[in-house]
Amino acid sequence: MSREAIGPLDYLRRWPLRLWIALVAIFLYAPLITLMAFSFNESKRNIIWTGFTFDWYFKAFRNAGLLEAFTNSLTIAALSTAISVVLGALVAVACWRFRFPFKAGFEGTLALPIVVPEICMGVAMLVFFSRVMPWPAGLPWPLNLGAIIIAHVSFCFPFVAVIVRARLASFNRELEEAAKDLGASEWRSFMDVLVPHMRPALVAGALLAFTLSLDDFVITFFTAGPDTVTFPVKVYSMVRFSVTPEVNAASTVLIVLTVLLTAIGLKLQGREVAKSGGA
Amino acid sequence: MVGKTLIRIEGVTKRFGQFTAVDDVNLEIEEGEFFALLGPSGCGKTTLLRMLAGLEVPSDGRILIDGEDMAGVPPNKRPVNMVFQSYAVFPHMSVADNVAYGLRMDGVAKAERAERVADALALVKLDGMEDRKPDQLSGGQRQRVALARALVKRPRVLLLDEPLSALDAKLREAMRSELAQIQDKVGVTFVMVTHDQDEALAMATRCAVMNRGLLQQVASPTDLYEYPANRFVADFIGSVNMFEGRLTVDEPDRAVITSSALPVPIYVDHGVTGATGTAVWAAIRPEKIEMLHRPDGGLPPRVAGVPEGHNVVPGRICHIAYLGSETVYDVQVDSGARIKVLRSNVARYEERGFDWEQPVWLAWHPRSPAVLLS
Amino acid sequence: MEEDWKRAKGPFAIIFSPPAFWLFLFFVVPLAIVWAYSFGENVGPTTIEISGTFRHYVRAGDPVYLDIFLKSLWMAALTTLLCLIVGFPVALAITFAPDKAKAWLLLLIMLPFWTNLLIRTYALMAVLRREGYVNSGLGWLAEHLGIAFEPLPLLHNNFAVVLGLVYVNLPFLVLPLYAALDRLDRSLLEASLDLGAGHLRTIREIVVPLALPGILSGLLITFIPALGSYLTPDLLGGPDSQMIANVIERQFKRANDWPFGAALSFILMYLTFIAIAGQAVLAGRRRRMMR
Repeated sequence: MSREAIGPLDYLRRWPLRLWIALVAIFLYAPLITLMAFSFNESKRNIIWTGFTFDWYFKAFRNAGLLEAFTNSLTIAALSTAISVVLGALVAVACWRFRFPFKAGFEGTLALPIVVPEICMGVAMLVFFSRVMPWPAGLPWPLNLGAIIIAHVSFCFPFVAVIVRARLASFNRELEEAAKDLGASEWRSFMDVLVPHMRPALVAGALLAFTLSLDDFVITFFTAGPDTVTFPVKVYSMVRFSVTPEVNAASTVLIVLTVLLTAIGLKLQGREVAKSGGA
Repeated sequence: MVGKTLIRIEGVTKRFGQFTAVDDVNLEIEEGEFFALLGPSGCGKTTLLRMLAGLEVPSDGRILIDGEDMAGVPPNKRPVNMVFQSYAVFPHMSVADNVAYGLRMDGVAKAERAERVADALALVKLDGMEDRKPDQLSGGQRQRVALARALVKRPRVLLLDEPLSALDAKLREAMRSELAQIQDKVGVTFVMVTHDQDEALAMATRCAVMNRGLLQQVASPTDLYEYPANRFVADFIGSVNMFEGRLTVDEPDRAVITSSALPVPIYVDHGVTGATGTAVWAAIRPEKIEMLHRPDGGLPPRVAGVPEGHNVVPGRICHIAYLGSETVYDVQVDSGARIKVLRSNVARYEERGFDWEQPVWLAWHPRSPAVLLS
Repeated sequence: MEEDWKRAKGPFAIIFSPPAFWLFLFFVVPLAIVWAYSFGENVGPTTIEISGTFRHYVRAGDPVYLDIFLKSLWMAALTTLLCLIVGFPVALAITFAPDKAKAWLLLLIMLPFWTNLLIRTYALMAVLRREGYVNSGLGWLAEHLGIAFEPLPLLHNNFAVVLGLVYVNLPFLVLPLYAALDRLDRSLLEASLDLGAGHLRTIREIVVPLALPGILSGLLITFIPALGSYLTPDLLGGPDSQMIANVIERQFKRANDWPFGAALSFILMYLTFIAIAGQAVLAGRRRRMMR
């Protein structure tokens, strides 16, 4: 018997389930893969394959608006990730460490940005930045992106907080006590014991915040001005009425970037977890 | 022994990737037996049990129950039921619903179902607990639910995976005899997996000892203890003094083994059927060694039926572990070996007791050593 | 365990103030203004007076808008159901897969989830268009078979919206489902099989009841974003497939009726909260039943 027999709970090895998973994989991936494939197609009417070309990539790179939107998106994602990680870690530690009045209410409010529909948050940001705190126009780059960055941080940092909080739950408080017993100050024991323990969660949180920010369309759509266009907003305006290979090319670049970031993130996270001795 | 073969395991092997959990096991289990699969953790005994239940599929070989090949028969179609190590009592069902579950699956009519559930609960002394939820039960009661749930289906074989391991020591003792009684009452063949040799010896009519996927010996508890087949079994079951040596004399009615660890050869009153010069091991149980005081300049005592200069060694007590009902003495022999001797504390006070650092003679009967070839 | 903030006011202030300040100024305040606007009136092109009127909430009950609310709820529910049907077998297979295959399958489900939502929607547009891959594929097939072929209207209708919502939200359901199934004690399933139940029976009688709280929260996690989705109905839908978010967007960006848009937004939020509360109640009842 060369092939191992199928045990009763080896669901993955039963053919109907295999077929099902294959169909789901096709459903999830076929659109994306065809999109990527046709970014190399010569014909503009991208249904019939006429030949291989890099033209659309050159075109996309020469499209100043698209390029600017792309840079804006990455800048916004990077800056809002940095702020979100700091705020998320702080609030997670605060809720984990301290008892304070109205704590349950505060924690509920902190969870709101995660559950509130995007459109509501987008509308709120639109109102806020047009009536309460108008973002000055004509600021030099990247300050002109401030409103979008603020909006992104508002919905990203609660996600970071959730991840860090979960990680803190597994912290053995005796480690901190041991550090203090051995002569570390409050600050030193925080930096030497607690922060290393949080590190995998910080990496995971940063990864999530970056993806959420890069991915966001609705909230940005309501916050962005004419001179602060992000990649999703730009693509939205381009694809509303037509499908062009230029968009395929730009999308392919972003997909590849996402996959690369994911791979790096997973590697990093695996190493962090391994370093800190498992979960 | 009833004698009719119920389960026949033929050349069963189970591989998980590179790892062989069960290696070419051949075994027959007879109807009405209380059979124990015994071995250290990871020896493959649980895998073998799960293959009987159909929860794992053999990589090779076949399993016959009642003469019927079980290949391709899913667990829900087999005439066996199992009591899981964690009990696996369904937490969202009451005690009665748990016990009725298997009958419901078999389409047993409601009236008969109620009757059989009541009988099964009475058998495990859980009558009156029908409506309790599992989290209102103690560990011992959950186990009874698991037992009733399996027995109510009247299986040909009841499989028990480490049935007593999760219970505390006192309850374990009580459950041992109760399980045996229940088996007597229902007459179902029990196959139990355990890593606890006491449990196996106390409950089973026959045991199979396994190690690293290989079957080591299948025998009654007495035979396992007194006539171990190899060093692993001798060592795993109970405590033993093992002496490596060579066979120097091998006649039909006697044999002599010389070991570098002992100053005198070991004499046994039976043949070994090995060529002279082969490496053998003599295993002597601590309770089968007699310990005598050794005054200065005294001559070694004679052991009946043994030629002079055999089976008696001088030594000095170097450690004493008092265990209440018995005491274990560690004796250092001049030639280097350390020998364990076990003495029952028959009297509350001994006039000439043994103490640390005392010189002693150790002697054993020619029938005490088990001579092992592997 | 926790320390009282009064015993360490300094560290507490340093750690707590920045996120609390941010949350208040850039989240609570904006939402509060929208909430206030929902009781206001347009008095000038850019001025809104908070008059305390309930007019906008009453107007949301108009058949036109009521229809859209009902339709949104229905589409979100249908999406969630389809995700459950598609996702459950996948989650089941992942749960009982060997470790290595498990990691790859999870990645398989997660990767599209990390890909930009707009790109995914756009990719689906390219597949479903009148001259998209499906229609050209079928057309090519029909041509070879000599059958007359009229391209199927796959895009800009309700079908496309539901398909798109399933496409986008499937990972949202598979991951919590997997998490819920993975927590189950394997031996419970084995015990059920051992006692004579088949696989479907075991799933119905053991797996679903025990994993129900997890399944419910997975359904909720899928339902909420589906209910509030804007992009999918906007790009894949036709004139009759508008959902609440599209109406809200129109009030703010085109119709310039902010108070009405604010009222609609808060109705959507309340619906979301009702869904969350409903799930919490169901899960709580379930937990009590187990006790």
